[in-house]
Amino acid sequence: MSGVVSSLSTPGNVVVSRRAVTEAAWLRGLLIALALAFLGVFLVVPLVLVFQEAFSKGWQAYLAALTEPDAWHAVKLTLIAAGLAVPLNVVFGVAAAWSLTKFHFRGKQVLITLIDLPFAVSPVIAGLIYVLVFGSRGWLGPWLEEHNLSIIYAVPGIVLATVFVTFPFVARELIPLMQEQGVSQEEAALTLGASGWQTFRRVTLPSIKWGLLYGIILCNARAMGEFGAVSVVSGHIRGKTNTLPLHVEILYNEYQFAAAFAVASLLALLAVVTLVAKSFLEFKHQRDRERAARAAARQEVS
Amino acid sequence: MSRNRVIPGFGLSLGYATLYTSLIVFIPLAALAASGISLGAETFWAVVSHPQAVASYQLSFGASLVAALINLIFGLLVAWVLVRYTFPGKRIADALVDLPFALPTAVAGIALTALYGRNGWFGQYLEGWWGFKVAYAPAGIVVALTLIGLPFVVRTVQPVLEGLERELEEAAASLGANRWQTFRRVLLPALVPALLTGFALSFARAVGEYGSVVFISGNMPYRTEITPLLIYSKLEQYDYAGASALGVMLLVFSFVLLLAINGLQYWSLRRQGGG
Repeated sequence: MSGVVSSLSTPGNVVVSRRAVTEAAWLRGLLIALALAFLGVFLVVPLVLVFQEAFSKGWQAYLAALTEPDAWHAVKLTLIAAGLAVPLNVVFGVAAAWSLTKFHFRGKQVLITLIDLPFAVSPVIAGLIYVLVFGSRGWLGPWLEEHNLSIIYAVPGIVLATVFVTFPFVARELIPLMQEQGVSQEEAALTLGASGWQTFRRVTLPSIKWGLLYGIILCNARAMGEFGAVSVVSGHIRGKTNTLPLHVEILYNEYQFAAAFAVASLLALLAVVTLVAKSFLEFKHQRDRERAARAAARQEVS
Repeated sequence: MSRNRVIPGFGLSLGYATLYTSLIVFIPLAALAASGISLGAETFWAVVSHPQAVASYQLSFGASLVAALINLIFGLLVAWVLVRYTFPGKRIADALVDLPFALPTAVAGIALTALYGRNGWFGQYLEGWWGFKVAYAPAGIVVALTLIGLPFVVRTVQPVLEGLERELEEAAASLGANRWQTFRRVLLPALVPALLTGFALSFARAVGEYGSVVFISGNMPYRTEITPLLIYSKLEQYDYAGASALGVMLLVFSFVLLLAINGLQYWSLRRQGGG
């Protein structure tokens, strides 16, 4: 046995074993080329095409497509929907993560499954369920009509559908983070006399802030870009219930391709900004963790 | 019930989370189930077994399966390349993998349609040279669903691959295994739970997908009409009953798949924890 170990540590054999745990250079090159070609065909080329088509009729047509009143209205409605859906889901995400990770109770798994469900449900179904509840022939339809309220084919329906499709983002991001963190730090703060709110703000929040921001960014991207669910409940009333993705569809179906791609380029830009912000947050989070690990190691030594 | 007496806010946080989940997710989904049940078995069956509906399932499931398989193979390849090799632009490639999560589906839809249409950058060669029609054909649906499901396999396999101990491979090599044998007998078995999870996630996403497909598919009944689109057109004709019945079918399927994914993740965690 000792003979095997010592022979492995001789330089010649190390080279052999390293060759055995990686691939030949030509194969590595081929695999990298294949992977990049796949990403190129499915992601880069479509993204480039959006911008190329958007500017195909020049800068002026591009700006005209974006400043036209209907487009402008779509921008506003998209901002309203995301501006309501994201904070609602942030509050929910923090509450859900707090109860699920800091306490033990029966039925936890049921709540977790329900939180995940909107990810698995088709966007069309997300719209359909609200039509069944609030639509003119839905559960609350007659009552809403009596009181002159409209939810479906109006802004509240769009907000609801957006809330549904972005429902799990923040909670999903926070649950594993807070699980890992445990409760000992909060308990220490509380026994030292901090109030519950102080403990959350000074102890819990700093250690989940990157995860929280990460969840918010992804939640926002989905909220602004949602198409299927919003399409079902919007009724496509031009200049009234059109969000940006729906406006893209209308322009496209009217064969105004350059204008459709111009509006689409705004959304593509949002996606690119989201990816950059996401990478940045991942980097920050990683760095904080490494620092914490080093600090912990230092404490152990001293 | 709570074991923890020191930490406050149990009642408030759980109460709020439960109320909000009930209002946004549970009650509306229950409305769909109730609406499906209220049809009665006969009507329900008549709707879900209608030839047009059956054709839509075949297309939805078939195209999603092909797309998820493409993503299974290429997802493993991309994850492997990103974890094991260094090359210029690697960080950009890594960030780019998440693009389908951030890019609105409608944008992906019109971009792919323009790309694979008869005059598009790809379409003119595929259609003009080989007569292979992609846009307004089932192949286009597969392309759209592949794009939509691309990140799942990569993102589930990547962390597992990073966590694998190099010693295992060295041991296999020192015992005389060649690289391919090591990959097949040592690495692949360790990656199976993650691969299956990623496959199931990308399949589930593809079956429900709507936005990117409507543009490229052409939406011809019996030919290129996916199930979510059929539900959508029933709703547009105020056929709530029909839409509900098909919605229940799709919902049950999503639920089963979600349970399978949770089971897979549990299995995968146990395998990782066990060694």
